[in-house]
Amino acid sequence: MSAPTPSADAPAVHVPGPRDLSVYIHVPFCAVRCGYCDFNTYTATELGGGGSQAEYASHAMREMDLTLADDAAAGHVYEQVGTVFFGGGTPTLLPADDLVALLAHLRSLIPLAPGAEVTTEANPDSVTPQSLRRLAEGGITRVSFGMQSAVPAVLATLGRTHDPERVPLAVQWAKEAGLDVSLDLIYGTPGERLEDVVTSVRSALACEVDHISAYSLIIEGNTAMARQVRRGELPEPDGDDMADKYEAIDDLLEAAGLSWYEVSNFSRTPAHRSQHNLAYWRGRDWWGIGPGAHRHRDGLRAWNVKHPSRYARMLGEGVLPRQESERTSPEERALERIMLELRIRDGLDADQIAPHRRDMIDVHVRRGHLEADAAARGRLVLTRPGRLLADAVIRDLTD
Amino acid sequence: MPVTPRIATEDARDIVPASTPMERIRNFCIIAHIDHGKSTLADRMLQLTGVVDARAMRAQYLDRMDIERERGITVKSQAVRMPWQVDGVNYALNMIDTPGHVDFTYEVSRSLAACEGAILLVDAAQGIEAQTLANLYLAMENDLPIIPVLNKIDLPAADPEKYAAELAQLVGVDPSEVLRVSGKTGAGVEELLDHVVRTLPEPVGEIDAPCRAMIFDSVYDTYRGVVTYVRVIDGRMTPREKIVMMSTGAQHELLEIGVISPEPIPTKGLGPGEVGYLITGVKDVRQSKVGDTVTAAVRGATEALAGYADPKPMVYSGLFPIDGSDYPILRDALDKLKLNDAALNYEPETSTALGFGFRVGFLGLLHLEIVRERLEREFNLDLISTAPSVVYQVTMEDGTEVEVMNPSDFPTGKVREIREPVSRGTIIVPSEFVGTVMELCQTKRGSLQGMDYLSEERVELRYQLPLAEIVFDFFDQLKSRTKGYASLDYDVSGEQAADLVKVDMLLQGEPVDAFSAIVHRDKAYHYGVEMAGKLKNLIPRQQFEVPIQAAIGSRIIARENIRALRKDVLSKCYGGDISRKRKLLEKQKEGKKRMKNIGSVEVPQEAFIAALSSDGEGAAKEGKKK
Repeated sequence: MSAPTPSADAPAVHVPGPRDLSVYIHVPFCAVRCGYCDFNTYTATELGGGGSQAEYASHAMREMDLTLADDAAAGHVYEQVGTVFFGGGTPTLLPADDLVALLAHLRSLIPLAPGAEVTTEANPDSVTPQSLRRLAEGGITRVSFGMQSAVPAVLATLGRTHDPERVPLAVQWAKEAGLDVSLDLIYGTPGERLEDVVTSVRSALACEVDHISAYSLIIEGNTAMARQVRRGELPEPDGDDMADKYEAIDDLLEAAGLSWYEVSNFSRTPAHRSQHNLAYWRGRDWWGIGPGAHRHRDGLRAWNVKHPSRYARMLGEGVLPRQESERTSPEERALERIMLELRIRDGLDADQIAPHRRDMIDVHVRRGHLEADAAARGRLVLTRPGRLLADAVIRDLTD
Repeated sequence: MPVTPRIATEDARDIVPASTPMERIRNFCIIAHIDHGKSTLADRMLQLTGVVDARAMRAQYLDRMDIERERGITVKSQAVRMPWQVDGVNYALNMIDTPGHVDFTYEVSRSLAACEGAILLVDAAQGIEAQTLANLYLAMENDLPIIPVLNKIDLPAADPEKYAAELAQLVGVDPSEVLRVSGKTGAGVEELLDHVVRTLPEPVGEIDAPCRAMIFDSVYDTYRGVVTYVRVIDGRMTPREKIVMMSTGAQHELLEIGVISPEPIPTKGLGPGEVGYLITGVKDVRQSKVGDTVTAAVRGATEALAGYADPKPMVYSGLFPIDGSDYPILRDALDKLKLNDAALNYEPETSTALGFGFRVGFLGLLHLEIVRERLEREFNLDLISTAPSVVYQVTMEDGTEVEVMNPSDFPTGKVREIREPVSRGTIIVPSEFVGTVMELCQTKRGSLQGMDYLSEERVELRYQLPLAEIVFDFFDQLKSRTKGYASLDYDVSGEQAADLVKVDMLLQGEPVDAFSAIVHRDKAYHYGVEMAGKLKNLIPRQQFEVPIQAAIGSRIIARENIRALRKDVLSKCYGGDISRKRKLLEKQKEGKKRMKNIGSVEVPQEAFIAALSSDGEGAAKEGKKK
């Protein structure tokens, strides 16, 4: 497996090695809850005592301490933290000082690698030039804005409150603060037209960012939007429509110099790729700090209790706020590896495919789902039609 | 309701089985439609004659199987001996319970042959139905005297005047001679029994001739083995003697002989004109065939009674377990049902679409449905059946003859002629629907043979129809076009040459055996288009375009395309999604393993089932009483 090499003019980002730890910190707060969102997040009014925003940072720090001890007890000692990611929710609903303090606490436990990527998600309307400067000063290197769309009608369906005009401004402030910027887009919202997607991608490109993620809307079963679809108030998502939009996005981004490096992620150079997400896809170890957060340690997958109050209570009692864990079997790990690595542009070593399944490699090369050249070199890399059918290809290549 | 029987058992010494004089015997059956109350009337007779007391009475005493009791229909006939006194003279009445349905015409004909008369029982609120009419004609052909009776006269909706006129015209009597009863309240039932004694003839037979008895039913009993029901024509039959089945020459020892009243009672034998049962210890009803003649092994008869015929399957269907691992259970279940169903025959069949199953031959659609329902209910099986098919006789150019029971076995090569079974259909319908029924019969390649007004409002239509058209969806269409008012009876009357072709359904060039059909050339296109459309809607999109074609030989007559699937990926895959995504993939892969592969096309079995059941449902709904 080869790590991408930064080109000479790209920023000197730290590419985590297999012994590095990544850290995900979940901030479960939002100003309002979006109709499509099934993430573990709460508005201020939904939370009573114990799990409040004000006390969140101290609880999260406590969890870091306990996690470090848990790793040590299991014989896992990490030399350095390779990436950090604040996700949510809306991490920037917390005071910038809280995020900075969390990062500082983490560094006091395990050193942060020089040049390590430290990302926070943000809503365009939850940042100011001052807060962004404060984050940059505190060690955050990258901000990922939830832009979603540039079309007001689409944003309204998604229940997003920000003004699309605000996005270029926020990006500008972030750049001025010295932060790398990524924009998140969502396509396939009910009622969205193909030209709306084009408008959104052009607006994102106009901000001159180096990284864009584009996710098709998934209507999860327990969301307000799913209920609207069931009641017939919104149309069902259509696979062909999603495919048309994905292809349009891929064309526009490619033309603007942003290439795919994972099914839903595009960057200007390999150095602009999200190192944190790549760590997930390469099966590295990471902590999951915060309510509902998942961690991974050498085949152990564990996740926290979801509700912030319960999370706070357990930490108050000095125990890890763990909901459940599983130790993946060798077969499951093999499947995960294929499932994750096939999604990234570096691809998967053909040796990872069980010998009796390897005839399917040729079948998918013939169907145009795998790159023929790469396959000839023993590397499985999805073509664009293949990316759209990645799950089907994975099923065919595994038992 | 306390009932005092007219005759006490101890007073009935002059009608003891094995020595009842023929002039004291009356053998009769009841011809009735499925829900016209035959079983309720029979129950009332059992009570009035004292063979069952009210306490032991359970509704529809004679119908043994659960399905029979639930559906209110009788599949297997039985015979009950009842004492009855008229004008101070004791009589032994044998009531032979005939199967009520069209598929069992041969069994009905043997039951009729065991009787000297028939009660024609008709619901006073509904009038006669086509199947009853068919059995009535059968009785009349056997020269049986008919006692016309209207039942359910207690119902508010009863219209005895109207239907008495209808029955009178059919039977050729005066409307005032039509009896009126209520099986439910018992009204008129005593008079009916008196009438049976007074008007039906006594049996005729040679007392001193070698014994000859006709088998009119045989039933497999788990504990006793096969119980054979016979009507003795000549001579006498006694316990422990050796008997011979004349169609096969097989000999058996008579372990037990007796009468049913209403439970089996062993007797010293059976004399001429009597009706009873035999037990020989055989385990398979095929060794005791309906219609066969039983005689003594020593100094027996040399000539069998007329009318024996082997039951011949008319309709074939593939039965497949939905869960492939149930195949052995299905095989065992069929083996068990076969013990009690001489008409059931089957052999293993393998289908690319449906896996391992059996090609099963049935007497008709109801027989199919009853067998299927018993398999599902008694053996807890989930089954799918392919569209019912008839038996075709194919003559090849070189003169060889091929019998085709399964469309996928249709011979390749030059065909000179194909012959199909044709049936005589009788349809009774309110007169307002005559036009629509004629139109339907026309589209089903029927030819009108006759038409009679039973009354001003009800018409009997007689059609010759290809059996294949009847088993396809005729009954469904008939019911829906007549708001459920039409009734149908059919029996196979011969065969005819027809311009038939085999239509194959191809998925990406590969034939899907379960959907091959033999249809008239004029309908091949319609079948192809309809089936291709249906499959297109049911088969999920694949990673590549899949053509669905209907073909006659190598000629494509219809085509649909399943467009290639373009998106099958969850776009989001964060750290917290990994477990969930892996589990989802594992689940999807389980589903994939259950798929049937037609070439490289993966089809969920449910798609095949759905495509088959929208045709097959009609037959399934038919016999069921909701």
